[in-house]
Amino acid sequence: MRKKVFGRPEGLKDAPFRFCPGCGHSILHRIVAECVDKLDIRGRSIAIGPVGCAVYAYDYFNFDVIEIPHGRPPAAATGMKRARPESIVISYQGDGDLAAIGMGEIVHAANRGENITVFFVNNGIYGMTGGQMAPTTICGQKTTTTPGGRSVAEAGYPMKMAELLSTLEGSAYIARTAIDSPKNTIATRRLFEKALRYQMEGKGFSLVEVLSPCPTDWKMTPEESLKWIENDMQKIFPLGVFKDKFAGAAANA
Amino acid sequence: MGKIVAVTGNEAVANALRQANPDVCSLYPITPQTDIVQRFSSFVSNGVVDTELINAESEHSAMSAAIGAAAAGGRVITATSSQGLALMWEMLHIASGMNLPIVMPLVNRALSAPLNIHGDHSDGMGARDTGWIQLWSENAQEAYDNTIMAFRIAEHKDLRLPAMVCMDGFIISHSIERMEYLDDQPVKDFIGPYEQVNPLLDLQHPKSFGPLILTDLYHEYKRLQHEIIGRAKNIVLQVSDEFAKLSGRKYGLFESYRLEDAEVALVVLNSAAGTSKDVVDAMRDKGIKAGLLKPRLFRPFPYEEVGSALRHLKAVCVLDRADSYGGYGPMFMEISSAIYQAAGTGSGPRLVNKIYGLGGRDYMPEDAGKVLVELDAIAKGASVKAVKEYIGVRE
Ligand SMILES: Cc1ncc(C[n+]2csc(CCOP(=O)(O)OP(=O)(O)O)c2C)c(N)n1
Ligand code: SF4
Repeated sequence: MRKKVFGRPEGLKDAPFRFCPGCGHSILHRIVAECVDKLDIRGRSIAIGPVGCAVYAYDYFNFDVIEIPHGRPPAAATGMKRARPESIVISYQGDGDLAAIGMGEIVHAANRGENITVFFVNNGIYGMTGGQMAPTTICGQKTTTTPGGRSVAEAGYPMKMAELLSTLEGSAYIARTAIDSPKNTIATRRLFEKALRYQMEGKGFSLVEVLSPCPTDWKMTPEESLKWIENDMQKIFPLGVFKDKFAGAAANA
Repeated sequence: MGKIVAVTGNEAVANALRQANPDVCSLYPITPQTDIVQRFSSFVSNGVVDTELINAESEHSAMSAAIGAAAAGGRVITATSSQGLALMWEMLHIASGMNLPIVMPLVNRALSAPLNIHGDHSDGMGARDTGWIQLWSENAQEAYDNTIMAFRIAEHKDLRLPAMVCMDGFIISHSIERMEYLDDQPVKDFIGPYEQVNPLLDLQHPKSFGPLILTDLYHEYKRLQHEIIGRAKNIVLQVSDEFAKLSGRKYGLFESYRLEDAEVALVVLNSAAGTSKDVVDAMRDKGIKAGLLKPRLFRPFPYEEVGSALRHLKAVCVLDRADSYGGYGPMFMEISSAIYQAAGTGSGPRLVNKIYGLGGRDYMPEDAGKVLVELDAIAKGASVKAVKEYIGVRE
């Protein structure tokens, strides 16, 4: 008898992704769905679809999704979690959404220690609107609003969200990972699962930042984008766990 | 002289902004406007303008930065659409309340929820009461011309008010049309250098902007705002006359199309007016005396002029590409008021209101045709079945 070793997670609908070839969003959607399956929380999960390329989250996740205006997901997540504490609230946000227009919401949700989970997709650019500078764009990176490359004098420095949020007393678990290699992608799934477990165990605010490719707006091939993450982005955005309030507590290895 | 080009509405407007050479541009992308600020960013990078560019973190901040820059003393632009304008709403009032002549193209787009990126007028109509001057444009040429004129109008010393220039998202912003660019130098001469009025950091004349004013004087302050924006009508006409000398293109407070001897007419803004004019011609051929009025200056609204242009008609349909849920369409309310004031109660045309094209739903010649046939019947004595009705609906 042949054994099935790979299939579509139940957490994903039977719908083809419409992201660009080589886009990180498709991998990350799959990882979220796999974790939801593994933790058996599909019946009580609510995801937030952001404004950005992940706007179609409701077409892919096989559980409830609410679409929230640009930057406001952490505030909406707070409301949902407070109204239905037994639900698992997953805020899936891009770097424009989370670190530009929604900077206030994420900082305050983390600082209040809201028991929610945020998956933060850092692709260093505004993908959906066609490649403008994001707060996470690295210095010298060319975008349509920084055609000569991001200059510190005009646009400041890339925003390091994992580091910033880990300084807040309210946050419980803050990590940064990447999906530029099979090894890192597998690690990403482990971190996503851990962040969701923190919420299930009522441990408070968890966020995993992921360095994710946007070949289209970076104007690179998918392979080149993975190299860019490894060689250029990781220099500015090192991977690791920046905060774990419960580090050492046995169950969460 | 000018140059005939084939460009999108966004490209046309970006070039008008380039010709105005503003001191500061604060920007934040949003579809379908993004193309304007992107093009402007390249102008800055290529050194063809002397503008300081601010990549803001949201529209709320973009407008706040524009306010700061304009109060400090400079020619300031930004641009937006839809949710961006909605997010700016608080700051729009600040800009007008502080008499800051910021110029902002608004590429009209529907509002959430549900999320939609296509053209309708919900965003602009939602900013109706913010104290901004609003100029609406049918096509790329008008958007370009209005943008150039907006600087003169907004910066006029008797006005000093912010102005938004509206055009339809995608239908105009992203379609390529034939139009004429004016040469740079004549446009620069027409707009003229920016003149400071009460800038901050004038240490001989220290001043405050937007202080706390309570029951003692707030009411008077607002009456002044009402009086000042009322001056815009004449200023718009003066600037438009001067612009006609430069360009050969004549603009008024609104456009009348075959209205003088008409019995029935459509009132419609922006791109749908273009479609409707063809249908008006076709109806004329069939013996229906049709006409059209296309508002240009929506704030301040020229009630007397519009009222007298419409009062002789037998039936009028106001087409609104926005709704005031639970009320009539926003334009319908203006036209009703204008006609009531001009014709008095019991006389003047019968009025109906059709809501069309929300979220980018196509407005087809057949839609205009059906409405004109209905108006013709009303003009001949048929009763009005519904004052307000949605058209072009999928049942
Ligand atoms: C209030 C508001 N302003 C602007 C926009 C336009 N907008 C849509 S998506 C987007 C950027 C999204 O970038 P990011 O969050 O990094 O997500 P990505 O598309 O890269 O996944 C912007 C600015 C909007 N929808 N709402
Ligand atoms: S634009 Fe970038 S982020 Fe958006 S779907 Fe394409 S690759 Fe992904």
